[in-house]
Amino acid sequence: MSVYLDHAATTPMFDVAIDAMNTSLRKLGNPSSLHTEGRSTRKDVEDAREKIAHALGCLASEVIFTGSGTEADNAAIKGLFWHSEKKVILVSSIEHHAVLDPAHWLVEHEGAQLLEIPVTTDGVIDLDYVKKVVADRGSEIALISVMHSNNETGVIQPIADLVKIAGDIPVHCDAVQSFTKVPLSFKDLGLFAMTISAHKVGGPLGIGALILRRAVEIPALLHGGGQERDIRSGTLNAPSIVAFAAAVEAKLYDAKKVAALRDAFETGVLAARPDAVINGRGADRLPGISNITFPGTQSDSLLLLMDSQKVSCSTGAACTAGVHRPSHVLMAMGLTDVLSQSSLRFSFGTTNTQADVEYALSVLPDVIARGLAANLVGKK
Amino acid sequence: MKIIAAMSGGVDSAVAAARAVEAGHEVIGVHLALSSNPQKYRSGARGCCTIEDSHDARRAADVIGIPFYIWDMADEFHENVVENFMSEYKAGRTPNPCLRCNEKIKFAAVLDRAKAMGFDGVVTGHYARTEESTDGRTLHRAVDPLKDQSYVLAVLNREQINGAIFPLGDTEKVDIRIEAEARGLAVAQKPDSHDICFVPSGDNAGWLRDRMGSEVGPIVDQDGNKLGEHKGAYTYTIGQRKGLGLTVPTADGSPRFVLSIEPVSNTVVVGAREDLAVTSMRGERPIFCGPAVGAAPLRGFVQVRAHGAALDCTYYVDNDQLVAELDAPLLGLATGQAMVIYDGDRVVGSATICETA
Repeated sequence: MSVYLDHAATTPMFDVAIDAMNTSLRKLGNPSSLHTEGRSTRKDVEDAREKIAHALGCLASEVIFTGSGTEADNAAIKGLFWHSEKKVILVSSIEHHAVLDPAHWLVEHEGAQLLEIPVTTDGVIDLDYVKKVVADRGSEIALISVMHSNNETGVIQPIADLVKIAGDIPVHCDAVQSFTKVPLSFKDLGLFAMTISAHKVGGPLGIGALILRRAVEIPALLHGGGQERDIRSGTLNAPSIVAFAAAVEAKLYDAKKVAALRDAFETGVLAARPDAVINGRGADRLPGISNITFPGTQSDSLLLLMDSQKVSCSTGAACTAGVHRPSHVLMAMGLTDVLSQSSLRFSFGTTNTQADVEYALSVLPDVIARGLAANLVGKK
Repeated sequence: MKIIAAMSGGVDSAVAAARAVEAGHEVIGVHLALSSNPQKYRSGARGCCTIEDSHDARRAADVIGIPFYIWDMADEFHENVVENFMSEYKAGRTPNPCLRCNEKIKFAAVLDRAKAMGFDGVVTGHYARTEESTDGRTLHRAVDPLKDQSYVLAVLNREQINGAIFPLGDTEKVDIRIEAEARGLAVAQKPDSHDICFVPSGDNAGWLRDRMGSEVGPIVDQDGNKLGEHKGAYTYTIGQRKGLGLTVPTADGSPRFVLSIEPVSNTVVVGAREDLAVTSMRGERPIFCGPAVGAAPLRGFVQVRAHGAALDCTYYVDNDQLVAELDAPLLGLATGQAMVIYDGDRVVGSATICETA
């Protein structure tokens, strides 16, 4: 059997989303065209926009479709920075590269100053640090960006508290992992901007959205036909947008079931390997993500061995050359370079079963034993 | 068997992996990332180690239909190969980093890791053959004399040879390209790699100068008379004639050659062609690919360069060093190079040349 435990990377499309996409793919009409076909496709897009807005607790006009979560993060970070006269960007040290890299780019090219919010050993941002920075330098801060939950550990961040501390400083939140998994309301959180992505929620690859407060007009990354409030030009990807909304509307994610599978897996892992450490276990986490350190191993060896046993999981970060790199997230939580490279992420989804958990647990002891042996001879 | 195919992104390792699959092995492709800061694209004489090469390896694995991973060996490579390359030059010797890489990386770090992970061996695209004999598995020259790579594999010990599979040794390179084409491998016509992979420009002297500086020192004749100055002794090699920049001519107008490099005094010694002649050599750290050699003299061949001639010699072990006495003198032999002993086409063993006479 083969077991897919990498749902945080991407998760299967729901059938309702595939059906909606197929129907839309057969339809003719550019949503920006004024004729019958165009209006019909436009209607599909606007219906989808309203469904997503409804699920997120925002206005339909606040939903700006993008080509990916990464694009939405870039648009938010760069856009909010350029929108402001201020120069300081405050982000957490555990952000996804889609947030960290544009922030670093602004430092290198646009004179920004970057401050990183440290996290606890459980991977939760330090609100006292935020309070202090806001008190000392609040008038200089252009934007704050903290993810709703971390993609490597699943640890949920105190966004509502953060927004309160921020006062009128714009806050962006990358909610790619949290959307549909845990309660999420753009309005209730009081955010300026938020990022979501379709392929993490049962929709297709290549479609995301920036949720941007109505009154905020940020500079565009893509200029052209003026679609999406003139913030994101480009012909609207109607089939993907329709499928995205269908996946969201279906509400098929079973958080209780997924959490039970994840918990059963973690219990089994600790029984087999008492020296294993579950990262972020003391914090509030997403239902489906389990990040585990196996001391004395190299995660790229473990991944190969798990893969050859038909269990798919993740090592976290890799550079452009495909080489496994120490995770900045785990290192921010205080793990050493070596331990952070001894960690695997297992992420569960609605399609997983108890049998999947049992199979993965059955191959794990041998994989870890071989991984330990390989690390002794092959590395350092 | 379950084996790891080391895939550089070139045509040879791709065909080797494909042949291993066809031979019935369970094969997993692995590309070794040997630079911690790889270039995006191939350029100059460099033939591997770029992101483009890793992509080529991945696509070859896709075509062959095997899993593919990248193993980070950059630290090991730097420590064992690149740093050794520099320290050898610093010591006035001329190292061969490809041998070093085979000895320390491909058939040590990779093979050991593979075995610990439950694999039986490593398959590579080297042109060499192995044979099973009553003495165990032995290493032999490839049938294609122009591509034969047994020289750079002569650093493998018996255990390493037992864990190595070289499927290309029985085929000529031209046929490997035809086979790659027939198998639909996009790398079929990819140019061969040349020179040293971590010196992209192919300019070893320039590469060394950038990293080790260029300390000016004297160029002297055998009597110690100063004839000129050099910019870094390590950028010269024994037997070198060109680029010495000497203005004092010899009495009879005959050319001068580099005879020796003395790292401590940073001196390059030059002299006449006949002074380059070497009739015997000693090598340290002997490694035997098959049965070990003893003190009793044996007849065979010695080769001192990757594609150099096989020279008739008598060889034996003395004081833990491998000794080869040549039938006919050889001109220009640098210490640090590998001496590889052959018995016919069988590789007997190798050692690093530490003394010539």
